[in-house]
Amino acid sequence: MTPAGTAVAEADAPARAVRLPRRRGIELSLIVLAVLLCVYGYCDVGLARNGTVPPGAAGYGAGLGVLALVAHWAVRLRAPYADPLLLPIGVLLNGLGLVLIYRLDLETPGDRAAPTQLVWSTLGVALFIVVVLMLRDHRWLQRYSYVCVAAALVLLALPILFPAVNGARIWIRIAGFSIQPGEFAKVLLAVFFAAYLAANRSALAYTGRRVWFVQLPTGRVLGPILAIWLLSVGVLVLERDLGTSLLFFGLFVVLLYVATGRTGWIAVGLLLASLGAVAVGWLEPHVHGRVEDWLHPLGTIEAGLGPNQLAQSLFAFAAGGVLGTGLGLGHSVLIGFAAKSDFILATAGEELGLAGLCAVFLLYGLLVERGYRAGLALRDPFGRLLAVGLASIVALQVFVIAGGVTGLIPLTGMAMPFLAQGGSSVVTNWAIVALLIRISDRARRQYDGESAP
Amino acid sequence: MTRHIRHAAVFCALLLVALLVNAARIQIVLAGPYDRDPANRRVTIARYDRPRGDILVDGRSVTGSRDSREQLRYERTYTDGPLYAPVTGFASQLYGTTLLEHTHDAILSGADPVLTPLPLWNDLTRAHTPGGHVVTTLNRAAQEAAYAGLDGRKGAVAALDPVTGKVLALVSSPSYDPGVLSGNSAATERSWARLNADPDKPMLNRAVRQTYPPGSTFKVVTAAAALDAGVVRDVDRPTDSPDPYRLPGTRTLLANEGDGCEDAPLRDAFEWSCNTVFAKLGVDVGVAGMAATARAFGFNDPALRVPFSVAPSTFDTTVDRAQLALSSIGQYNTRATPLQMAMVAAAVANDGELRQPYLVERTTTDGGSALTAPGPRPVRQVLRRTTAQTMKELMEGVVTEGTGTNAAIPGATVGGKTGTAQHGVGNSGTPYAWFVSWAQGDRDPEPRVAVAVVVEDASADRGEITGGGVAAPIARAVMEAVLGS
Repeated sequence: MTPAGTAVAEADAPARAVRLPRRRGIELSLIVLAVLLCVYGYCDVGLARNGTVPPGAAGYGAGLGVLALVAHWAVRLRAPYADPLLLPIGVLLNGLGLVLIYRLDLETPGDRAAPTQLVWSTLGVALFIVVVLMLRDHRWLQRYSYVCVAAALVLLALPILFPAVNGARIWIRIAGFSIQPGEFAKVLLAVFFAAYLAANRSALAYTGRRVWFVQLPTGRVLGPILAIWLLSVGVLVLERDLGTSLLFFGLFVVLLYVATGRTGWIAVGLLLASLGAVAVGWLEPHVHGRVEDWLHPLGTIEAGLGPNQLAQSLFAFAAGGVLGTGLGLGHSVLIGFAAKSDFILATAGEELGLAGLCAVFLLYGLLVERGYRAGLALRDPFGRLLAVGLASIVALQVFVIAGGVTGLIPLTGMAMPFLAQGGSSVVTNWAIVALLIRISDRARRQYDGESAP
Repeated sequence: MTRHIRHAAVFCALLLVALLVNAARIQIVLAGPYDRDPANRRVTIARYDRPRGDILVDGRSVTGSRDSREQLRYERTYTDGPLYAPVTGFASQLYGTTLLEHTHDAILSGADPVLTPLPLWNDLTRAHTPGGHVVTTLNRAAQEAAYAGLDGRKGAVAALDPVTGKVLALVSSPSYDPGVLSGNSAATERSWARLNADPDKPMLNRAVRQTYPPGSTFKVVTAAAALDAGVVRDVDRPTDSPDPYRLPGTRTLLANEGDGCEDAPLRDAFEWSCNTVFAKLGVDVGVAGMAATARAFGFNDPALRVPFSVAPSTFDTTVDRAQLALSSIGQYNTRATPLQMAMVAAAVANDGELRQPYLVERTTTDGGSALTAPGPRPVRQVLRRTTAQTMKELMEGVVTEGTGTNAAIPGATVGGKTGTAQHGVGNSGTPYAWFVSWAQGDRDPEPRVAVAVVVEDASADRGEITGGGVAAPIARAVMEAVLGS
């Protein structure tokens, strides 16, 4: 397909009749495009604000470019069959996030988040490279599923020992860096769920008693997974991080459905979710307030207290309209606290408009779709479940936070993957992309020499 | 398993569709209401994100804008704040707008749709129309002369072009610099508190928002009413008026400052400001006649705007004969703004026709193309022409040989009337010194200026407070400035 790909193909296997294109050239050109887009956005912010290209533009572009190219080199070296869209999407979203954070930094001279975010992005890409280089086969993870779950629970429990920040007990502070261990736990739990369900899906689907119209599996099979799920959700409720607990729940239900094919699970899952949501909404004043805000976004204005964060976020989206105000020209900083993290999407919505917002949503959609496609192409159940699980994490996370800040569902604090300020989140998302790269490489590699899927 | 993965993928696609549809709902359907929500600070930010248009006097701007580099970016500045404060008002980010800054806010701030050449163009380009300009009718020299004449004493000056109704000067003293109220800092709040607590009330626009007892200057109205009603047919024939005059139905005797008022003819009584003669004339004309003439001059009209509202001047119509007698010499409940008394002088000067006063000549875009042209202002016949002619003669007499000789200008015909208004409990307050006048240069085909001056506390020595001594020189300075320009 590309000169490079063709050359390799011809040199390597002249005898083979069908040789799958590796499409690394496409990936490279898309990466270059993504880096150029991000540099353009960075310059646009400076031009709109001060009429000059910001001084760090060359450094920013070079930094992002070098990171992306090293990652590309790692993929070319160890995952040549990988899906060519995954890495460019990661680069573009991460670069756009850096632009948006840099843009918001201009409004808050005392609080610069972009340099830190760049450091975390570098760490994230480093982790990506390590995973792509070291993890030769995703099935290796299956062996360590119980190590994963133990690590996940430790990570989830860790912040309880640290003081709460802004009402949520989800951070630990080490040497000036705040880390959100729950972010890493997502991937580990996805690995565990995938491994466990892959091993026990027949037992889950076909054994056990039938109660009413739902086939209940035996307690021996269901017990451990339910216990771990309850434990993780319980820890999260204690830590008041309801967005993540919602995410775990969704992930659990999706994987259970995909593994067993029982619609009954969906029904039970939704029932449990509604019960849990209603109970938490009733009992937890923090969450109750969020639900009230969701039902009446402008309620605090009518009460004479001024616009709340959600109202400010909606104002920002509305101000963007179809085409947006242009980078650097919006006023999303009015959202105040968390404008760079949970509410980063409002800046995108205001300054890039509905057009830019749809583009961002579609990038996420594409990322998820590539994950599902890799899952469909694989043959081993663990790989399939892992791919679906990782892609679903991204999908659910985007929906929970994007739906929250646009008033579609009650707001729960969570980081927009790649875009939002937050080191742990960026590192985790790069790990997810790295695993998807590995899985998609495996998925296509198995067909090489045979007919394409 | 493949089938179920596809189901899960469809579920994710549904989530994506929900997000997209909701985004369109917020950014298109609800965008209008959210953008206009008063709690949305973007409205305020957009208002101050470009320099405000200017207010012009004699072709020169008396305002400006300062880039504060803050969220509410441009702050109003004034080149000569205290001088023009009774015209411009202030444009504050904390306290809103007043006077011209208020009435023409849409033009000045750039929000008025007439400033945009193509409809919807700005919605597409997200450009901001620069604010338009407001060109006033003021005469810079007259304004400066009036302000210098008051010299910080409490008082006000209003000057009009009698023929067109243009406001040539509008001065209130003591004044303030509206620029200190422009920003939104703590200093602005302190300035606001200080100006409001000032016992001299510098933010009070005395020329249009404060009414005073007009005292003897109201005798212009009374004399005109008597002439129009036919109560007096010959200004040189002695009137039948006793000195002192007993107010009808009471035992109170009304006296004069000077002698020679008994049975004085209207001309002499006007020149020497005989209270007894005019009190009796008012009673002879009657409430209905007096009220009709006063209303024709503009009294009892709450709707007057220049374009900002003017406090209504009052002539009480529910009075008995004794109160009518006092009302007719500008006491009791008779009250007038300086602008109202300038209108009285202007109507006399303009042969009995009163042009409605106006302050804004035209508005223009930032580029200078006119948005609104000065249309013909409504005109009202207040007096018969013959009555107006007689009144002009009487007022000229005051300046040539009566109480107003201080207002005489060589090379010009000047008519005037002095006033010294008692006020306070038992008339204990320092009297207000009044002077109303008009002037026509010898080479001018028509009268050029009508002016009213009031000085609240000209001096502590009551004997010296007369309109002729304190207010007339200020009026003369203003008239000279207009005639000389």
